[in-house]
Amino acid sequence: MPVLELREITKVFPGVRANDRVSLTLERGEIVALLGENGAGKSTLMNVAYGLLSADGGEILVDGAPVRIRSPRDAIALGIGMVHQHFMLVEPLTVTENIILGHEPTRFGVVDRKGARKRVEELSQQYGLKVEPDAVVRDLSVGMQQRVEILKALYQGARILILDEPTAVLTPQEVRELFRVIRSLVDAGLSVVLITHKLDEVMGAADRVVVMRDGRVVGETTPKETDQIGLARMMVGRDVVLRIDKAEAHPTEVVLRVTDLVVKSQRGLESLKGVSLEVRAGEIVGIAGVDGNGQTELVEAIVGLRRANSGKIALKDRDITRASTRKTIEAGVSHVPEDRHRRGLILEFDVAENLILGDHRRMPFARMGITRPGAISITARKRIEDYDIRTPSEYVLAGALSGGNQQKVVLARELGREPELLVAAQPTRGLDVGAIEFVHRRLIAERDSGTAILLVSMELEEVMYLSDRILVMYGGYVVAEFEAGEVDAERIGYYMTGGKPTESAAEPVVASGGAL
Amino acid sequence: MSVLRTIGVPILSVLLAVGIGSLILLAGGYDPLKAYAALFQGAFGGPMRKPLDAIGDTLVRSTPLMFTGLAVGFGFRANLFNIGAEGQFILGSLGAAWFGLLFAGLPTIASIPLILIGAALFGAAWAFIPALLKARTGAHEVITTMMFSWIALYLTSWIISGPLAESATNNFQTPMLSSAVWLPTLDKIIPGLPALKYAHAGLLVAIAAAIVVALLLRRTTLGYEVRAVGFNPTAAQNGGISIPLTTIWALCISGALAGMAGASEVLGVTHRMYDQVSAGAGYGFTGIAVALLGRKNPAGIIVAALLFGALSAGSGTMQLFASVPDKIVMIIQALIIFFVGAETIVSWYVKRRQRLALERRGAAHAAE
Repeated sequence: MPVLELREITKVFPGVRANDRVSLTLERGEIVALLGENGAGKSTLMNVAYGLLSADGGEILVDGAPVRIRSPRDAIALGIGMVHQHFMLVEPLTVTENIILGHEPTRFGVVDRKGARKRVEELSQQYGLKVEPDAVVRDLSVGMQQRVEILKALYQGARILILDEPTAVLTPQEVRELFRVIRSLVDAGLSVVLITHKLDEVMGAADRVVVMRDGRVVGETTPKETDQIGLARMMVGRDVVLRIDKAEAHPTEVVLRVTDLVVKSQRGLESLKGVSLEVRAGEIVGIAGVDGNGQTELVEAIVGLRRANSGKIALKDRDITRASTRKTIEAGVSHVPEDRHRRGLILEFDVAENLILGDHRRMPFARMGITRPGAISITARKRIEDYDIRTPSEYVLAGALSGGNQQKVVLARELGREPELLVAAQPTRGLDVGAIEFVHRRLIAERDSGTAILLVSMELEEVMYLSDRILVMYGGYVVAEFEAGEVDAERIGYYMTGGKPTESAAEPVVASGGAL
Repeated sequence: MSVLRTIGVPILSVLLAVGIGSLILLAGGYDPLKAYAALFQGAFGGPMRKPLDAIGDTLVRSTPLMFTGLAVGFGFRANLFNIGAEGQFILGSLGAAWFGLLFAGLPTIASIPLILIGAALFGAAWAFIPALLKARTGAHEVITTMMFSWIALYLTSWIISGPLAESATNNFQTPMLSSAVWLPTLDKIIPGLPALKYAHAGLLVAIAAAIVVALLLRRTTLGYEVRAVGFNPTAAQNGGISIPLTTIWALCISGALAGMAGASEVLGVTHRMYDQVSAGAGYGFTGIAVALLGRKNPAGIIVAALLFGALSAGSGTMQLFASVPDKIVMIIQALIIFFVGAETIVSWYVKRRQRLALERRGAAHAAE
């Protein structure tokens, strides 16, 4: 009998089915990896199991008996514990205080600190999780903080432990340590669900793998029966989209040249470890890779949203390494961001106001600080027509449009600027087939008119179809480069998951394998 | 936000506040009908108070609130909470007093605009350091502007009792400003208007300021950027807008408006500056209520300011004729603010009902 079973769980948010009849079982003493890209629905599913969200359909069974989980309190009472990607610790308090938070042991109405400390030490010993009970959480390393979170779940009596992207913020040594801990927990009788999108971890640590995509379970397997390429294909593939005929590319001069770009995150970890690439006018360079390998940082550094620590970004003969977003826009760079709601649009502005964002200071939209509504309206109407944006008028709020039309607004704005370089990140995320076709058509037309396009997409088929050249990113490096049409998905998938170049026949044009 | 919601919520809030106010009056043994009648007549006129006096009083009390309401409201548009409008008000008063003494020799048509500009600059300057701190370090403007209000209070107290004192013995006020720099009363400016008690040209400046703010927000690049940053700083940044710079501009303009409130009071009403001038009146803090009630919209703010001014004007009559302590008016004011803020509670409640209904439907599906 499985210790936890989720049956046909459905969870709907406005406009999207985050979970569509998802089923998952967890046997006692098992480590199940829940694998999928961002937005696949894995966190949603586990949040339902932990009581942070309530399902719209389906049921949950613990030890074979159906249960109702209305809040984390219910989940904890059933022995389900969860460690989130973003820790829920109180930094000024000590390790012990954080562990007992919400379940403080009391003696005659006063918190029993000695008893608590003792219990923490007991747990620490029992599971081999060394901690300093009196250390202040703020002073701990991230790996240590995570350990506190795990102990917190154990203190609350968890028999089922859910870990949400636990290695996202860890150093390689901390990752190794974590998996040692997970193994020992399982040996002690716990069952673990590991939410992740890292294929090597799945292969190394999991007993079983459940792959999700677009809110559904698309496959279940074990590490013995598959490999990273197989997993990548399950995770990243998609139904075939209409293919538009496209002409051959005729690239001319180099427009974007990135040299040895290094970008560090706040913790000092390097997200980009020295990336070099070129994009020429009239070509589409696509970057394939699983999310989290540096693509986001690369895009942000190019458009000026993030500071590069070293290296150079040049647009034709202009150095834009240190340029702000304003300067890069003025230099001729357009950006279709991967998150159109957060970064792409101001939902409270109307369509017209969104269409001029970035150009709002210049003629014809404004003269000497005063806006010119007439010109704005004319341009807005033209764009709405050109890009077939379905809206009753240009004065409708952007938040009221459908996802596809919102993306069209972003596209209309960015392309309307007639940029030298277009950086498009996940341009068809969350769009229906019709909208996807529109975007693809537009990108190819843009390429044919001489724009240099850098495409970043998690949809491997999209990258393969649209790009003239394909780069693969892994671990903060560009690990391979191919001419389109000379490579298949398997080969790309191999490099996407950290595969190193081999002595086989089908060699990529460039394979640098990063830290070989 | 639908029009119904924009107007409906404030009206509902006022009605609820008045209703609960009645209950409190009853509990205190007062006659609510008589009390509200006195309140109304105190603000607009009737048997208990001459209309010209009442309306004039209402307008005078509303004028500084229009300015501070605009000030706080403008800050809100950029997602900034300028709780320190009080301090900027005080600095504006100081500036008006100082420049008023300085420019006494100039012709009125020149001196008054100069003094107003000077006071606005004083207000803006007082908001500048908190603005800079927010832009550079993220220091929350609620704390910094609030602290600066205290600094303003004691700084001006020292200046009024020292360098700007009327005399060594009268060191709790500045010298009276020459009548050349007084804001003329409305009846002197608007031909045919009867003498309204104390109502002065500051009202016209306030209305003009509201129009300017509305135009600024809707028709200028700065206004566009302020609104963009207020709604979605991430997207604004992507569009090349500098969040730190916009923050500084927004907070400084807010400070300028609050400064003008202070100037309006000095030039139009008191004609000098007293020590701790605003400590009792609290125009800056009431401005927050006005901004909220007026839904951060310049037109709404003018109306809300008039309402609060009316309440204030009527409270005296209510005290006189219905023996009701003026604190009751303050309670009603507070209730209005509470219900406007409670709109959030209502929205939450409505959403919760929707979610529960959805859940019940979901469970029904699962049982099938």
